[in-house]
Amino acid sequence: MNWITNYVRPRINSIFSRREVPENLWRKCDECGTMLFHRELSDNLNVCNNCGHHMHISPRDRFTALFDGGVFTEVAVPEPLADPLKFKDQKKYPDRMKAAQKKAGEKEAMLVAAGEIGRTPIVAAAQDFSFMGGSMGMYVGNAIIAAAEEAVKLGRPLILFSAAGGARMQEGILSLMQMPRTTVAVQMLKEAGLPYIVVLTHPTTGGVTASYAMLGDVHISEPNALICFAGPRVIEQTIREKLPEGFQRAEYLLDHGMLDRVTPRTEMRNELITITRMLMGLPPQIVGDLPAPDGEADAANGGNDAAPAPSAKG
Amino acid sequence: MTQYLDFEKPLAEIEGKAEELRALARANEEMDVAEEAAALDAKAAQLLVDLYKDLTPWRKCQVARHPERPHCRDYIDALFTEYTPLAGDRNFADDLAVMGGLARFNDQPVVVIGHEKGSDTKARIAHNFGMARPEGYRKAIRLMEMAGRFGLPVVTLVDTAGAYPGKGAEERGQSEAIARSTEMCLKIGVPLISIIIGEGGSGGAVAFATANRVAMLEHSIYSVISPEGCASILWKDAEKMREAAEALRLTAQNLRELAVVDRVIPEPLGGAHRDADSAFSAVRAALAEMLKELSGKDAAELVKDRRQKFLAIGSKGLPA
Ligand SMILES: [Zn+2]
Repeated sequence: MNWITNYVRPRINSIFSRREVPENLWRKCDECGTMLFHRELSDNLNVCNNCGHHMHISPRDRFTALFDGGVFTEVAVPEPLADPLKFKDQKKYPDRMKAAQKKAGEKEAMLVAAGEIGRTPIVAAAQDFSFMGGSMGMYVGNAIIAAAEEAVKLGRPLILFSAAGGARMQEGILSLMQMPRTTVAVQMLKEAGLPYIVVLTHPTTGGVTASYAMLGDVHISEPNALICFAGPRVIEQTIREKLPEGFQRAEYLLDHGMLDRVTPRTEMRNELITITRMLMGLPPQIVGDLPAPDGEADAANGGNDAAPAPSAKG
Repeated sequence: MTQYLDFEKPLAEIEGKAEELRALARANEEMDVAEEAAALDAKAAQLLVDLYKDLTPWRKCQVARHPERPHCRDYIDALFTEYTPLAGDRNFADDLAVMGGLARFNDQPVVVIGHEKGSDTKARIAHNFGMARPEGYRKAIRLMEMAGRFGLPVVTLVDTAGAYPGKGAEERGQSEAIARSTEMCLKIGVPLISIIIGEGGSGGAVAFATANRVAMLEHSIYSVISPEGCASILWKDAEKMREAAEALRLTAQNLRELAVVDRVIPEPLGGAHRDADSAFSAVRAALAEMLKELSGKDAAELVKDRRQKFLAIGSKGLPA
């Protein structure tokens, strides 16, 4: 291990993997309709500057903003069997996968990375709603298990950003089996005495909510995120009445005791640093510019507490 | 009187004719219908064999949901002694969609938990058609935890269309209750055996079926979503449930091939509801064997066995 593999290469990766600036420089807010300049919107983590509406953010963009200096190392996820059920609806599953990969520019619906936030070493996993609705299939299950194993190996907390329309129907029962499989992953963290923090983002539903998304030590949600087991439409059809405004939204779940906090995306990073550092028994984070990594000492420390002494505060 | 499923209509006609003949003979002593009726019986018997020889996945769904199919309560009455129901989640309510308590199986004390759908209109409403609310899962969690502390094996009988999609259920944390129930299944250091007796509907089933051994009755189903739900999402047409049932691979036979299920328990000809006693005997024998398989293992081994089993699921696809 040296600082080139640990620091420079991931940084280069993150620079090259950044998406091209889209031709369309303006984007309309889904909520208030304000035209937002693309650059400003992405600087504000896809939160509308006018109304505060939280729009979709890709796991890669989220990680770039989350990790110190935008630097992170991807954690490899074991490849599951492709199309184990030979599933075919109106399209074949492999064809749907190819289309999703092309659209999202990612291989699957979850990205796992290791890195530091406020010089606090963590492992993070983020689900991608833009990839087949973030649906939980075998890859997502494998990704969460890989994330937990990496966190246990490195002795770091796991921060998981959930977002899913539910299970990946095209994987049938094998998608359902990710509920117990990811629960085993959460148990690995708990037994290792490591914090497991869930950040629930819009929308988190179905089997995802009913497994790893509701088993965290701390549950934080982005504002107004839909979080539920059964979706509002299914409930309305069952009980034949209209649901009240705000039902199953983050603030509602906070009121009903299912969440610890509702926190805007722009404040999330700081909050995660504060919480993970306390749970890991680390001193308060250093606020202000961070010193550049000083080679070997820092890299050698990578697995554990890499925080500078409190006296370095400046 | 058997309630016939739509695909059993030809059978209903033949059996109906035989019944008519016999009724006629009872009213009219001179008539001798024995031979004719026997011929119809033979024809019906053969038709039943043919119909059930190779049920399509959708037909299996219909059999699994048959209103006269033996339910959780029937299995508990038939297989266990000294069943002592225990109620409530100690928090909000007692959910009758989930029944559970202490009982003996071949004299061995166990905890038995299951979804109960109810067998007549009044009971169906009381049991909410077997669709549990958070209280049901929290009752199960409480009973499993207790079983773990007292070293009692846990037997779960799964028969639910799914967890109840209602306002109160969401309000009181349906997701969290299901997640914790699955977690408790993985935690307890006692043998946990799950038998899917009818419908294994999605997360509501997983919450009970994360077991050391999972068995399914021959015509039961286990799926991530109902065929109707899947059809309405992927085909944009709920009437495509036959296609969806096919694609989802929700039959006991497919799930055995995928190593999700350890054992398929044979049903009597024409489904468990046509001969409940044979179904009970088959389940009794399978349960005894599964308990025996697990009897030598200590708490740590049982927990490890369960984890390994689920971590390994997915390494096997359907045969080409
Ligand atoms: Zn806006």
